[in-house]
Amino acid sequence: MNPIEKKSKFLSLWRRYGIWIGAAIIVCVLPLIFRSSFSRTMLSQMGIAIIFALSYNMLLGEGGLLSFGHAVFYGLGGFISIHGLKWVSDGVLPIPLELMPLVGGLGAVIFGLFFGWLATERAGTTFALISLGIGELIASSALMLPSFFGGEQGISANRMTGITLTGIKFSKQITVYYLIAFWTLVSAGLMYLLTQTPLGRMANAVRDNPERAPFVGYDTHRVRTFQYTLAAFFAGIAGGLLAVNYEIVTAETIGHIPSANVLMMTYIGGVGHFFGPVLGAVLVTFMQLSLANITHAWLLYFGLLFMGMVLWAPNGLAGLLMLHEPVWKAGLMKRLLPAYILAALPALVIFLGAMLLIEINYHLSLSIDPTAPLKLFKISFSAQSPLPWVVAIGLIIIGFLFFRRAARRVNQSWQEVTSEMKKGASG
Amino acid sequence: MTATALKLIDVNKSFGSSKIINGVTLEVLSGERHAIIGPNGAGKSTLFNLISGFYPVNSGRIELKGRDITNLPSHQINRCGLSRSFQVTNIFPRMSVFENIRCALLWPMGYRYSFWHLCGRLKKVNEKAEELLAKINMADRRDIPAGLLAYADQRALEIGITIAGNADVILLDEPTAGMSKSETGRAVELIHSVTEDKTLIMVEHDMNVVFDLADRISVLVYGEILATDTPGSIRSNAQVQEAYLGKELA
Repeated sequence: MNPIEKKSKFLSLWRRYGIWIGAAIIVCVLPLIFRSSFSRTMLSQMGIAIIFALSYNMLLGEGGLLSFGHAVFYGLGGFISIHGLKWVSDGVLPIPLELMPLVGGLGAVIFGLFFGWLATERAGTTFALISLGIGELIASSALMLPSFFGGEQGISANRMTGITLTGIKFSKQITVYYLIAFWTLVSAGLMYLLTQTPLGRMANAVRDNPERAPFVGYDTHRVRTFQYTLAAFFAGIAGGLLAVNYEIVTAETIGHIPSANVLMMTYIGGVGHFFGPVLGAVLVTFMQLSLANITHAWLLYFGLLFMGMVLWAPNGLAGLLMLHEPVWKAGLMKRLLPAYILAALPALVIFLGAMLLIEINYHLSLSIDPTAPLKLFKISFSAQSPLPWVVAIGLIIIGFLFFRRAARRVNQSWQEVTSEMKKGASG
Repeated sequence: MTATALKLIDVNKSFGSSKIINGVTLEVLSGERHAIIGPNGAGKSTLFNLISGFYPVNSGRIELKGRDITNLPSHQINRCGLSRSFQVTNIFPRMSVFENIRCALLWPMGYRYSFWHLCGRLKKVNEKAEELLAKINMADRRDIPAGLLAYADQRALEIGITIAGNADVILLDEPTAGMSKSETGRAVELIHSVTEDKTLIMVEHDMNVVFDLADRISVLVYGEILATDTPGSIRSNAQVQEAYLGKELA
């Protein structure tokens, strides 16, 4: 092999696997950079959320199935794994801890096949409503079957069972993190490969046109059922990791809140690209864990973000990023950046104003003592005086006026860049 | 004796109280190109939907190559060797042109619901898909999302999907509807070449296309077959002229 051939072979290998190698390196290095126990807990939670969100996108993005009950499999995976841990502790079954998530996944598959068959006869509204019903069914049975779901206090177990493949004790958070990281990479890799299989492609085809698919030989109900079952498998793995990570699983894990959460994560990240849900899972987990410490109103901010994405960026963060791919390749990003910066400033002003309003309102209506001074960015003021209101509303109006002008500028820059790229393509 | 590809025996279909298909009996021979013509609302598309299992029949019997396929689900009829296109363009819009064709090859080439094969590695499937792309003259647009193609190209792609599998009985529902004259000419050529040694049944409004392609023609009026004959005889059939062709050929 001559050196040029060698180099091009290396390049094609790099193109195919580079992103995975990069991801593996990042995943390994992150906990060494963020060393606090809080950030390591957050990283672990992110890994779990990534698997969960990617599995959700097997339904929504790949299969066109909007599920309102995907946490059923997350929760069932969690409960099955936590019982698995107890069996190991009781000496019933010697399952190595490293494989415990797989137990959750396989358990979820059985339920996935059953519920999938029930729910996926039709897509669209019918499926969405049945998935909601299944979610409610399992959530309510969680209270009726306390021996399996543990009632209100949930089921807890000890992950240090002494039975492992690697000999690691898993007493420290960092070792659990690496176990989660391993499963996250493996699951993400497998889910990516699944998109390339006949079943994955036919899931796309059935999503695109369920009327046509039977005329290329496929039973749409079966395609959806199998896709749903595989999605349940990975959600079960995520649930199993949850059980291993926290050593407790409660009935909340199975309810509509995590079901809605995973929908929003996936959507914010972007359903049209494989890596979209990864972005969404990372961002939303970060917001959940850090914003919740800063403000009581964090759910409101989260809701606003979600609404904003649905309205203005329906393809999610991944969609926004990929929109810039051709511009980046043409080397024209520098033409867009000034306009972006110019728009970001008034956007920030609007955000500050809105934030001020939200915080004042939260303080007035929800804090124990509304007359106590409110502290924002180290500035103390009384929430009951009119001045902060005037400032907040003023900021929003001024920000809005400037933002409109800046938005026009962004539009203009985009038009210039597109016409330039067209010229480049034809010339 | 030529074998029968498709046989309809006294097939009836009503929606509510309105009778759309009224005792249709029809025999299509293996290897022939058979056109079904008739005025708007005669039930041509409904007839296709019955044959392909899209709607269940009320009574009667449908046989494909001697096998009873009455009221089987569409995907099973397809697996028996019948494929169809639709009157309204019916492709997989968000998938690439190449993927559209490949989807139609997966089942017939035995990959079914596999989630343990990678499509990129299915050499025979991919080769066949490329071959078909070349056949429908779309190799240069293989990676474009099918939904972004021009209308005539989408129709051509749909024909590609329809013939991709092993199906030897092909139903085309108005394959040239909405096309310009030159596009129609190309479509006729394409249909001619891809249905070589297959059985073709088509619904078509454009009489030039019908007389170009068809070996035999059936005339459907108000859900009943008025006549089935060669193009020449149909043209001179007084009953048909009165009912349908009327001024067009007078």
